[in-house]
Amino acid sequence: MTVPARTYIEAIREGLRGEMRRDRRVVCLGEDIGAYGGAFKVTEGLLEEFGEARVLDTPMAESSIVGMAIGMALRGLRPVAEMQFADFISLAFNQLVNNAGTLHYRFGFKVPMVVRCPSGGGVHGGPFHSQNIEAYFFHAPGLKIVAPATAYDARGLMVSAIRDDNPVLYLEHKFLYRRVRDEVPEADFSVPLGQAAVRRPGRHLTLVGYGSTVAMALEAAQTLAAEGVEAEVIDLRSLVPMDLDTVMQSVRRTHRVVVAHEDRRRGGVGAEIAAEIAEHALEYLDAPVGRVAALDTPVPFSPPLEEFYLPNAAKVLEVARNTARY
Amino acid sequence: MSEPRATSDLVEIPDDDYGDIPRETLIGLYHHVRLARELELRLVSLFKQSKVVGGLYPGYGHEATTVGSAFALGPGDVLLPLHRDLGAQIARGQPLKYIFAQYMGKATSPTGGKDGNVHLANPELGIVGCISHIGAMLPVAVGISYAGRVLGRTVVTMSYIGDGGSSIGEVHEALNFAAVLDIPFILVVENNRFAYSTPVNRQYRCEHISDRAAGYGISGVRVDGNNILAVYAAARRAAERGRRGEGPTMLECETMRMMGHSVHDPAQYVPRELIEEGRRRDPVARYERYLLRHGVLHEADVPAWTERVAGEIDAAVTWAEQSPMPEPAEAARGVYAEGGSGRTLGGGV
Ligand SMILES: Cc1ncc(C[n+]2csc(CCOP(=O)(O)OP(=O)(O)O)c2C)c(N)n1
Repeated sequence: MTVPARTYIEAIREGLRGEMRRDRRVVCLGEDIGAYGGAFKVTEGLLEEFGEARVLDTPMAESSIVGMAIGMALRGLRPVAEMQFADFISLAFNQLVNNAGTLHYRFGFKVPMVVRCPSGGGVHGGPFHSQNIEAYFFHAPGLKIVAPATAYDARGLMVSAIRDDNPVLYLEHKFLYRRVRDEVPEADFSVPLGQAAVRRPGRHLTLVGYGSTVAMALEAAQTLAAEGVEAEVIDLRSLVPMDLDTVMQSVRRTHRVVVAHEDRRRGGVGAEIAAEIAEHALEYLDAPVGRVAALDTPVPFSPPLEEFYLPNAAKVLEVARNTARY
Repeated sequence: MSEPRATSDLVEIPDDDYGDIPRETLIGLYHHVRLARELELRLVSLFKQSKVVGGLYPGYGHEATTVGSAFALGPGDVLLPLHRDLGAQIARGQPLKYIFAQYMGKATSPTGGKDGNVHLANPELGIVGCISHIGAMLPVAVGISYAGRVLGRTVVTMSYIGDGGSSIGEVHEALNFAAVLDIPFILVVENNRFAYSTPVNRQYRCEHISDRAAGYGISGVRVDGNNILAVYAAARRAAERGRRGEGPTMLECETMRMMGHSVHDPAQYVPRELIEEGRRRDPVARYERYLLRHGVLHEADVPAWTERVAGEIDAAVTWAEQSPMPEPAEAARGVYAEGGSGRTLGGGV
């Protein structure tokens, strides 16, 4: 069977298209997603194939896009809502946290919906078009969160997110859209939620990342290898539920760990991972848990400022070297 | 009677105009409006006995609005009631025993004690309970109707907002969404003159909230919210319009909040004249007089109805009181739908 190379963005689209073909209950909604194909062209071609009812161009109102998706899910559809930019999900915070996140707990409803969030920086989008939003929702019960780093996962996680009976935030990284390309099978497949992937095995140090930081960790691991340090790279893929078992098993073998994410450091997902390791694997650690993250500032606009703000392979490498040497 | 227009002229429905409402419906409305009144009075008394957990927001005075509107929905339609709408819940068939169990935090309530008071759902009956954030259920209602369209079934949705709630941004979003998509959504505006302590002149400057309907290009209707038949007739007409593909309706019901915002609130800020006027317009007594005047009900029948309503409430209270409290560890369960655990409105596709 042929396994063609696909970009990350094509893989997202193929995941959506495949599920829309398979299940007429899958419906997309969002601003400019129809004839225009979405601000990033993720939904290009879907309107032509599936029609206006299933590729719904909405008015500009994020809270109601999510609220409406909740209603659609309650009545038996599997809506996939697009936030034009993840940053605007702040307007839908209440709908996600209080409405979507509690409907199963309170009333036993299933709420099978996906909110696609074009996230992240590195594209000089400035303070309101570059943010990572996972930490705001990581704290909220009832929501699942996935963050693919490869094209294969972008499609496989989209399939699982759509088939899941819970609200799922699907964090698609804008920087990766056309920069990441890997092999994606033609045949139907999915990547389960809550299963991390070991991207590179190693025995001296564990590097944990997701989304954009996976590539940084792999690059850092390559340099470390030349220095005689074999780093294991774990791609979390899914933040809620999170595969902490894979992380713990690795830490118990390597005794050193660095957690890297693009989101800000304070109160970020990395803080939770570090706390879990401290609580469950402290006696295995030979060094403090290292953290690599963005600055605790708004995302700056100008390229040198943004570069200073964001994590990159060099910053991962620096923290990894310190941790390895500790 | 002519169709309501996209303005908010008060739709006055003369008494003799109800000829097309079958006797069975007239009696059903009577039964439920009496139940709504007695149910809440019982809840207030249970509250005073410390048997109600948490808050209580009586809809005393709203019975014609809540019962009359929800009674107009059909079997596949969906109701999304708000904090003062127990009347709508029971009009839709929510069992009384569940309501009492819910207020007492019992394991047998539909939420198993995980949520309280009027935050009740019932997937089989097409009821989605609210969150406390006023306005947040309106886009959900629009989505439910929209799903019906995609699945090839017309689903009329009805939700509520108060005069205070009408100031919330999501009301605009949802009405605009519903308007551009021609959604059969009915927003019942319960204009009871106060939002907690804030009077209507601090909420809006237009003459009537329903005047806004024209701005959305939708139908706006205003009725006497203490006249159950006017509310029922207007809601039914709104549902029919929706089913014909003519889009949403804003149905403003002019009523009066006859108790405080909650049982904790003595409502000293409400001028006495308003309370007295509200008493004169009492929706339950008024409807009873109407039925007696038209020979639908006879003076001799009333005590039997009173007994029947009290009996139904007694039975429900007993059931709820005898129900167990939830197991503490249940608090940790059920956050996510797992292994097909979740339910869907209308039983799936
Ligand atoms: C978004 C939001 N803000 C504030 C509140 C607190 N609150 C609950 S009811 C209420 C007043 C509502 O007044 P109105 O909409 O007129 O309805 P009524 O209670 O009079 O029926 C307030 C302020 C809330 N529940 N939600």
